[in-house]
Amino acid sequence: MLKKALVVGVGLVAALTLSACGGSSDPASTDGADSGSSDALFEVATDFTLEGSPTFDAIDKRGKVIIGVKEDQPGLGFLDAATGERTGFDIEIARWVAASIGYDEADIEFKAIPSANRESAIVNGDIDYYVGTYSITDKRKEQIDFAGPYFVTGQGLLVAKDNTDIKSEDDLAGKTVCSATGSTPIQNIKENFPDTKTEEFETYSQCVEALLDGSVDAVTTDQAILLGYASQQPDELKVVGEPFTVENYGVGIQKGDDVFRTHVNELFTDGGDTWQAIYDATLGQSGSKVTQPEVDAY
Amino acid sequence: MDTLLNNLDLFVLGFKNTLILFSVSAVFALVLGTIVGALRVSPVTSMRALGTFYVNVIRNTPLTLLMFFFAFGYPKLNLGNLSFTTLAIMALSIYTATYVAETLRSGINTVPVGQAEAARAIGLPFGQTMSLVILPQAFRSVIPPMMSVFIALLKNTTVAAGFSVAEAGAIRANLSERGEPAIIVLLWVALIFILLVGILSVLQRRLEKKWKVAR
Repeated sequence: MLKKALVVGVGLVAALTLSACGGSSDPASTDGADSGSSDALFEVATDFTLEGSPTFDAIDKRGKVIIGVKEDQPGLGFLDAATGERTGFDIEIARWVAASIGYDEADIEFKAIPSANRESAIVNGDIDYYVGTYSITDKRKEQIDFAGPYFVTGQGLLVAKDNTDIKSEDDLAGKTVCSATGSTPIQNIKENFPDTKTEEFETYSQCVEALLDGSVDAVTTDQAILLGYASQQPDELKVVGEPFTVENYGVGIQKGDDVFRTHVNELFTDGGDTWQAIYDATLGQSGSKVTQPEVDAY
Repeated sequence: MDTLLNNLDLFVLGFKNTLILFSVSAVFALVLGTIVGALRVSPVTSMRALGTFYVNVIRNTPLTLLMFFFAFGYPKLNLGNLSFTTLAIMALSIYTATYVAETLRSGINTVPVGQAEAARAIGLPFGQTMSLVILPQAFRSVIPPMMSVFIALLKNTTVAAGFSVAEAGAIRANLSERGEPAIIVLLWVALIFILLVGILSVLQRRLEKKWKVAR
């Protein structure tokens, strides 16, 4: 009952914030947002140690956790430039992992790392772990390790609300599709949809911009990301079709740190209720129902 | 070596587009820059003001912002559809032209005033004074700095990767999605750039030798 009230509360706050359009900040809504963040969803572990984990040793020595995230993906990893507040499903998962090893919000430093630099940031030790729409692939496993998956999605399509030509990936011939420079979704389009024209920008937001002014017909990437944009501008955009690939999101960690990986995997396996609470408070706001994927403890 | 050989298609495509961006922009920048440079030393005040305004506004704007304007602002103006490559060439040309103009102006300043006075004395109008007497001498004295401007242009083409032009700057983003180690990819891209700049440097030395102004 309490949880339900909380979710409704968060939803109301979100609606209020959106309708306020960056106007005056209502003190009541600020309180509401606080109660919806990490503290309420999971507890911070006390006196936690992890024997034989280089990642944990580094965190312990430093006294804080450095987490790589995205900050331009609404609903997943988003930084509100005005308030400095980070929100989203990936952000909460990142906070949850930090809490499980005894670090609360005050001891977390978030670092925005673009997709192309993720492996090198982990290999170089710039970050302790990465949570941000990070698909588990065999090729990436050569450089780093993954805990999870904690979420499953697939490549989807975002089009303008009034577009009736594109209903699924079968309607892409002759259309122009946009995604991030060099990303897996755009490479997939180039290889498997040869009749489709492509455009590539640095960020998905720029693709959405190009979609809104009509220079491209569709934006493609993981459907979870697209749902975030669609929920931001429901009068202008919509997600069509079903995901046509399978992407498993994992937590990127240093290669060979099996102790840390096992710990995170156990956290995901044992913490199903927390996972559901995090989902309901973030991505679940869009009304979609999803169950937690099974952890692959390779 | 594997990183390069296994993805040769991408390297070839990337550097092909880089060279297209570079060569087309270089020609436009040279033409536009010469016109603007001449404007800046013109005897007519309004023309000088126009040249100064152009150089100061464009040169003080970061190239990324110019690209941003062409990629996202231009389509909103409804002036007809242009490909992103064309838009990138426009941005690069307009940007580099300011540097060409300023380099050329410093060259014009090295031409003795007597040359211009002599040209006027035999009745040449401003256009011919510039094109027949002053600019040829000015160009010859600014070959090294002018080549630096073009080397900068070559490297500046990588900015276009962020604006939907698949050139050398986009290679790393593509390959890191294929799981190649980013550092190795960057090293290869850097190495090829050094080779290309090397070719430009050789060209510079040739031109210097051939067109040296005897003083």
